[in-house]
This record gives sequence, structure tokens and C-alpha cells, in this order.
Amino acid sequence: MVTGRPGATAAVTKARLRRRHAAERRFHAYAIAAVGVAVGLLALLVVSIGSRAYSGFRQTYVTLPVLIDREIVDPQATGDPAVLADANYLGLVKQALRTRFPDVTARSEQSELYSLVSMSAPDAVKAHVLARPQDIDGTVEFRFETSDKVDALAKGRIDRELPPEDRGLSDLQMAWADDLRAKDELAIGFSRTLLTSGDSREPERAGILAALTGSAMTLAVTFLLSFPLGVAAAVYLEEFAPKNRWTSLIEVNINNLAAVPSVIFGLLGLAILLNFFGLPRSSPMAGGIVLALMTLPTLIIAARAAISAVPPSIREAALAVGASDVQVVLHHVVPLAMPGILTGSIIGMARALGETAPLLMIGMVAFIVDVPKGFTEAATVLPVQIFIWADSPERGFVARTAAATMVLLSFLVIMNATAVVLRRRFERRW
Amino acid sequence: MLKQNLLFKFKVMDDIAITPKGIERTPAPEPVRTAKLRAAGVTFFYGEKQALFEVSIDIPERQVTALIGPSGCGKSTFIRCLNRMNDVIPDTRMEGRIELDGEDIYADGLDVVELRARIGMVFQKPNPFPKSIYDNVAYGPRIHGLAATRADLDEIVHTSLQRAGLLDEVKDRLEEPGTGLSGGQQQRLCIARAIAVSPEIILMDEPCSALDPIATAKIEDLMDELREKYTIVIVTHSMQQAARVSQRTAFFHLGKLVEQGDTERLFTNPTDPRTQDYITGRFG
Repeated sequence: MVTGRPGATAAVTKARLRRRHAAERRFHAYAIAAVGVAVGLLALLVVSIGSRAYSGFRQTYVTLPVLIDREIVDPQATGDPAVLADANYLGLVKQALRTRFPDVTARSEQSELYSLVSMSAPDAVKAHVLARPQDIDGTVEFRFETSDKVDALAKGRIDRELPPEDRGLSDLQMAWADDLRAKDELAIGFSRTLLTSGDSREPERAGILAALTGSAMTLAVTFLLSFPLGVAAAVYLEEFAPKNRWTSLIEVNINNLAAVPSVIFGLLGLAILLNFFGLPRSSPMAGGIVLALMTLPTLIIAARAAISAVPPSIREAALAVGASDVQVVLHHVVPLAMPGILTGSIIGMARALGETAPLLMIGMVAFIVDVPKGFTEAATVLPVQIFIWADSPERGFVARTAAATMVLLSFLVIMNATAVVLRRRFERRW
Repeated sequence: MLKQNLLFKFKVMDDIAITPKGIERTPAPEPVRTAKLRAAGVTFFYGEKQALFEVSIDIPERQVTALIGPSGCGKSTFIRCLNRMNDVIPDTRMEGRIELDGEDIYADGLDVVELRARIGMVFQKPNPFPKSIYDNVAYGPRIHGLAATRADLDEIVHTSLQRAGLLDEVKDRLEEPGTGLSGGQQQRLCIARAIAVSPEIILMDEPCSALDPIATAKIEDLMDELREKYTIVIVTHSMQQAARVSQRTAFFHLGKLVEQGDTERLFTNPTDPRTQDYITGRFG
């Protein structure tokens, strides 16, 4: 397109150049704005969850001297662990509380007093006695978790002006808590329970270790199944498969599978894995297989794209020095495609890590207290745990939910970082 | 000029259609030294499109044979038939016979891998592996098990680089990536990689078309030396190059082998008018 009369060209060109520069600057600004909005939203998310999660990672502890009374623990002085394990440790804790607050005598007031500490307190005493029987008849200072109400009060999340029935704590309980705090017997510290125990109905005793282990096991199954299968399928389709109607049918269906809603995979798992093959319900094995089926199409598509991006000149070079087809693929194509394959698999694994719906179908929504020890034991996973906690009425679970979300996000970040490191190594391997 | 052009067109049409007396369709091959490779009636199809028409040629041992011709004349297709590189292109078909030392290389049960170890190839664009210089050269010997020990392998790598005229430039940085070399060095690395598996024949498909004149000159010198040990077939669209490096030349046009013979004779005294037109620069 030639425009412009002689003489006018310089001015026209100048104006056009100016417009072009302006357009480029505008485009630049749009791009920066887009990145800025994305980063801003992400920061907002992390800050809002993080600030709530902070209190979820912390727990109020009460320091209480407990007299380990032989009369209650082991009256016959047998020293038999079976006897020690059966003793009434709740009684010991109650006794300690009564000793600390000697004025409380009425029965109803006493039961209010007992509910200051968590139900985990007797377990802590029991564990101590079993580990150190020589402490029997001595007084040991314990650091008990408080109940979630006292925890919320200590963290300042209970409005003291509210009437007692809305507050969840009676006036007496508040007074006792204030007394403990005034004497420095109430302290807020890092919650060990969160990272070391399984689920519980009481928020102060609930932890995510079971869900974390469940997630790790499920993802291990998913990865071990989907990665080799996906890469092998991609290599076959890209390098060896004849181009005919059947392979194009397979290709179309793989693309369709990638778009299938994940619940459908859960139904498939329920019908086939549980009902037909009889895999144990809510086990990491069943969950991992379901998620592997869900991840496979994504992985195959990514791996095929990575493989077809390997320049044909490399294949020709290898063939020309007498490499066989398999050698070309294993020595050159797959290593060169590996960074792309890893990117694809990390996207798939990240999706699998955050997936809830298909796992609900195969029973991984169960209330799991124990940390799973094998791939066939009942387990739950982090997103499902978050879902369960978010659904619980207890106040303490709000913070726990946020804390679990942070753990899930950290899990994701660690997983991604590993993939990035691996990818770097493959990219550098000349 | 116009008259000549008309005459030329007339002759070409004649040639294809009725073959008048006095013009030989395919000149009889001149007597050559022992034929290392012999192609007889090679016809090649990409799908429906025919790319080669009944090409027959003898490629003598320890000489450089140049295949020349305008773009799209089938010379690259033909050279890729010689080590069966066309096998990997889907929907292609070859007819005719190609013999290496009297053996049909398209025979059933022939091991393509072994064939390609005997017939090496260097491509138009330098294509070193994204590995170190050492590993580039060592790859072939490794997969064929040519070296029993690390010392043997070192020896092969060094002599191959030496023969490719690259050793002095890279001997201190064998662990650096081969892709970091200059274009001409990369191409010589590819030649080193090809000769590391001790082939009998080296096929070169326009090896200098992506290189500058200095790098081209180095590779041409190299071919002259390699000719003492190897049989070389080179595709080139530069007639000067063919004249400089080859002893035998074959001229392809529109998928047909128009004329072949000793390079000197073909360039000074071509028998076919199309050859004459091409080498005098009238088309192509």
C-alpha cells in the first residue's frame, strides 16, 4: 500500500511513526496492568488466608501442676503398663484443676471448670506416665491445650460484652481464664497438634497430619501410574503410531477426556474400582487411581506437544549415525521433551492435589483420626479435610481451615519447586 | 538470444515427447571405477506426486560424486534414498533397486541401522545434538559398541575430530555444548560425528548452503582429504562447488537424471542441451 504525495511523505511517515510508538506504549501498559492485577489478586488471597491461618497455627496452652496420685494410677503398685494404660487420667486432670481453683465446690461449677482444658489433657498425662513411670507420686507440670473457647478468648476473638450464652463462655469461666492469664499460666504458642495429629471433633485436637499423609500417598499413586503411562502413550502416538482412522479416533477421545468433569471420574472409580475390583473404600490406592485417570489426558496432551516440538533434524541426525527408532526416542526425543513433559505433569498433579469431587465419590470424605500407614488404609486428603473443617460449626475450625489451606498451598509450592528444579536439570543436561 | 531460447524449449519438448534422432535420452554411463553404490531404475513417490523417474547411476568408490540441478529436481530425494532416510517419511514409495557392494539395500530383512552405520550422512543445516562436543562424536561409537574402553572412545573421538579438521579448534573444550560452536564448526562436528562410526560412504546434502565462504572452503578442503578413505556423494546447488570438489557429476532435472559423467567432461562438454543450459546459467 503506497500512500502519500511527494513532499508530504516525511510528515505522514512521522505521524504514522508517532502513532505506532503510542500503540506500542499502550500495549506495554496493558500487559503490565494485566500482570499487576494477577499478582495483586494472588497477594490478596495469600494475605487474607495467611492472616487467618496465623491464629490457626497457634494454640493457647495452660500450665498446670498435676499430682500423679498412685491411688488413682496404680493402687497396687504393680508397675504393669496394662494397668497404667487403663487408669483414670481424667480424674487426675480434674483433681489438678480443683487444686488450682480450691474455691470451686459446686458440682455444676466444677464441670464448667473442667471444660477449660482440652479433652486431650488426659491423653497427655497418660503418655507421660507410660513413658516415665518413676514420676508416679510426684507432681509434674503439664502444658495442656485449652478448649477452643478459652483459646478464642485468649486470642481476643470473643467479645467480652456479649451475654454469656452468645459468648460460649460463662462469666465464671472467663474469670478463671483471666486469673490464669494474670498469673502467667496461660500462654499462646505454636500448635504442635496441627501438624502431628489426625482429625478430631474438637478443633484444638484436630490436626492435618492424616490428611497430609493421605494426600502424599494418593499423589504418589497418581504420579507413579499416570507419568509412565502418559509418557509412553504420548511417545507411541507421536513417534510410532500409524496415522490412520483409529489413531485419530484415539486422539479425539483423549482430548475429550481432558474436558470431562472430575466428578465423572469419581463415579467411574466407584463403579469399577470399588464395586467391581473391590478395592478398599476411601483408600489412597483407589483415590490415586481415580486421579491418575483424570490426570492422564492432560499429561498425554502436554507430553505429545513437547515431543512434537523436538526438531526433526535431531531425529534425522540420530537416525543417520545408525540409531534405532527406540534409541532415537530414548536417547534424544524424550530427554529433549522432558522439560515440557514435566511442566505438563506438574499441571496435572497440581490439579489432582486440589481435587475433591471425585474423591467424595469413593468415600475419601470419611472422618479419619489415624494417620494412614498403607495405601489400602482409609485416608482423606487435604482439600477434603479443608472441606470438612469449613463445614464444622466450632469456632476454632475457622482458623484451622485457613491453616490447612496454607499447608495445602505450601505443599503445592514445594511440588512445583521440585518440578522446576528437575526441569532445570534436564534443560542444562547438554 | 530469443532464438536460442526458442530452440531450447523446442528441444526440451522434443526430448520428452518424441526423442528425435541425434539426441540421446539418457547418455550411456561412461566406464567408471568399481561402483560402490549402484542405483537402477529408482522411482520415488511422495503420495501421488512422483519425485524421481527411473534414475540409474553408478557411484564409484573413493571419489566425490556431485549431484547438481535446480531446486526441486529430486537430488535431495535421491540422496536420501541411498541410506533409506526416506523410510521415516510417511506415505512415500520407492521402486527400483539400490545396491551397496552388489547387495540390495531395500531387501527384506536388511538391518537399516547397520546400513546407516555404513552410509553416514551430513545434512543441509548443521544439526549437532544438544550435548557436549565429545558426546556428539562419541554417540555413534557408543550405540554401535565400537569402543571397549574409555581410552578407545577417546581415541575415536580425537581421530574423528582430527579428520574433520576440528580438533585444533575444540580440543580444550570438548565438554562444552556442540550447539555453542559457529555454523561452520557445527557442520564439521556433524562430519566428525558421521565418520566416527567408520562408514564406507558419506552422503552430504547441501552441506555448505548454510555456511559462509570461509567455512565452505574449509569443508571443501576436507572433502578432498576424506575422499582418500571414503566414498562421498554430495548434493549441491552450486555448480562451482561441484566443479571444485567432485570427480563425477550427475545432473538432475525435474526428477530425471539427465546426464552423468566425469566432472571435467560434463562441465566442459555436456552432451545434453539441458545440462548445457543449466551450467551456463540459463535456468535453475
